Amino acid sequence: MLFALFGLFPLIYTAWVSLRAWDLTGDAGFVGLRNYSRLAGDPDFWNAMVNTLGLFVLSTVPQLCFALVIAGLLNRPIRALMMFRLGVLAPIVTSVAAVAIVFGQLYGRDTGLVNGAIGLAGIGPIDWQASKTSSWIAVASMVNWRWTGYNALIYLAAIQAIPRDLYEAAQIDGAGAIRQFRSITVPLIRPALIFTVVMSAIGGMQLFTEPLLFGQGDVSGGSLRQFQTIAMYMFEQSFQNFDYGYGSAIAWAIFLLTVVVGVANALIARRWKGGTQ
Amino acid sequence: MRIGKAFTATIATVVGVALLAAGCGGGDGEEAADGKVTLTIKTFGQFGYEDLIKTYESSHPGIQVKQENIAKLADYTPKLQQWLTAGSGAGDVVALEEGILIKLMGKPDQFVNLLDQGAGELKGNFLDWKWQQALTPDGKKLVGLGTDIGAQGMCYRTDLFAKAGLPTDRAKVGALWPTWDGYLATGKKFVAAGTDASFFDTAGGVYQNILMQQGDQTYFDRSNKLIADSNPGVRAAWDQSVAMIGAGLSGKLQMWSPAWNAGFKKGTFATIPCPAWMLGIIKDQAGPENAGKWDVARVPGEGAVRGGSFLAVPAQSKHPKEAAELAKFLTSPAGQIGAFKAKNNFPSAPKAIDDPAVSGAVDTYFNNAPVGKIFGQSAKTLKPVYLGPDNQVVGDGIGDALTAVEQGKLQPDQAWTKAMNDAKRAVDK
Repeated sequence: MLFALFGLFPLIYTAWVSLRAWDLTGDAGFVGLRNYSRLAGDPDFWNAMVNTLGLFVLSTVPQLCFALVIAGLLNRPIRALMMFRLGVLAPIVTSVAAVAIVFGQLYGRDTGLVNGAIGLAGIGPIDWQASKTSSWIAVASMVNWRWTGYNALIYLAAIQAIPRDLYEAAQIDGAGAIRQFRSITVPLIRPALIFTVVMSAIGGMQLFTEPLLFGQGDVSGGSLRQFQTIAMYMFEQSFQNFDYGYGSAIAWAIFLLTVVVGVANALIARRWKGGTQ
Repeated sequence: MRIGKAFTATIATVVGVALLAAGCGGGDGEEAADGKVTLTIKTFGQFGYEDLIKTYESSHPGIQVKQENIAKLADYTPKLQQWLTAGSGAGDVVALEEGILIKLMGKPDQFVNLLDQGAGELKGNFLDWKWQQALTPDGKKLVGLGTDIGAQGMCYRTDLFAKAGLPTDRAKVGALWPTWDGYLATGKKFVAAGTDASFFDTAGGVYQNILMQQGDQTYFDRSNKLIADSNPGVRAAWDQSVAMIGAGLSGKLQMWSPAWNAGFKKGTFATIPCPAWMLGIIKDQAGPENAGKWDVARVPGEGAVRGGSFLAVPAQSKHPKEAAELAKFLTSPAGQIGAFKAKNNFPSAPKAIDDPAVSGAVDTYFNNAPVGKIFGQSAKTLKPVYLGPDNQVVGDGIGDALTAVEQGKLQPDQAWTKAMNDAKRAVDK
């Protein structure tokens, strides 16, 4: 019942709106699939799609690798363990708007800290918003900073569920720390790995706040849409150009894309499972 | 995977949810227990109505007025649309920015016809073009009453001008730029003096200014046909702006960004085209320690308008008669004078413009600049400009193209072609 009310109904309602011409002056009637055919030929939409996928790769891969390494380190007996474990969680309890504002300052063109630092190394100031590469790096660094600790804790929990005697046996066989990590830890926390990949994929497809605030609230994501994600494009069409029908069509495209990415993930995960067992 | 689907289903349909959520926000305009009528007025930015509302309440004992303000126009507009679509939540009086009003004129039945509420006799209270903007083409329906207009001046930093060896007296500064060519020449001199500051903040603002002086239409003709690429005025404004970027006058700052805000205080740019409503923003951003460093001169060219607003009564109001009276009061010459005193919103009523309270107004923060006189002259030389319902999306595209030129990402000709193509795409959907 709850799912029908809060999940299914908006989904169907959006689908219905996406088949209509609906702008600021109201509903102008049924237009069939015209919003979707327009979408297929819209270079701005495909640009946003490329940006979304690019940002997804740039933010997910380093994020999960770092998380794994951090989890491995946190599983060792070190001083002030609790403090470190809580410390990695700090970014996730920070408001995303605050994160974006701080990073926006760091990547400022004229007085930003990052430009100051690379200036010391003799590299001229970069206008981070101006090019695709630099803006993607900046946005991805925000996402990475925010979510690495969260994933690390999920991995840590999975690692601690691994029976100790496996490690002891490996130690007797002469396996070093790195070998143990690769041959015992990683295979045994595979469910956690799959879970984080799927969650990151969903988050990545819906990336919105970080790039929006990086561009100082400019929903077109840079002068040439350098870092506009599909979620931002949906927002631009719906709430800046007030083209609700078209905005809803984009929303459905995001939904379908997420399903496709999710299914692809599941297939890869199943294959991976089959391959090692 | 099930989690994933449910998750995305909810989030991907933000639009639908948002539209629906608006439907739950009713309950405005109810009569209070003591028999008082409560009127809700929705505004954005700074309308300066706080004192006026108190005055109105004390002279109308049966009326209570509740002002609900949303700071940013960009946040206000989608909410307004939700209220109108949902048929509730809009309250009794809504503020409409010029661009939104023009869009909504396509479907005027969402608003009460103010001519039915006796507003017809007020025609003489407003500048003619301001009145016409809110009137349907057949002249039978009046959607809104004008509040302020964005009469413009050119704000400049006296300390930076002095450093660059330029005059600082506002009359002499104004004499430097009778035209935009004069402004460009002054900018070149300023840059050559090497003060480390740029001449203006961003080419987008200057472009908008030049554009509004190029005749009575910009991107659309009166039948709403896109004429951006054939209207010589648009190209002239573009070329002039590009020339200024080429001469290194632009600070390449994004308007409303933290660096732009900080620029008023730090003096990172020497001039900025300032509509009347921007004086308040400069004061807030530059802070009391910079009082007297900013001054106002005349704008290059023949006056200009940037922005302006209206008050309208949504058809969903439960008290249309009382709401119309409130709108009439707030937009009356006296009401407009009050709003000018409170927030420098420049009146659209000729009577208010000529009133000593406005025409004699000086602003102590800006070296006692006679702002009333400067903006008044600008308002009187102002020619009405027809914008068209899709004005904003085309303008945004051209603004982005100019930014790309500033960033060195596109050559001016490429940027122009891109902006024109984007405009065509945005219009024929």
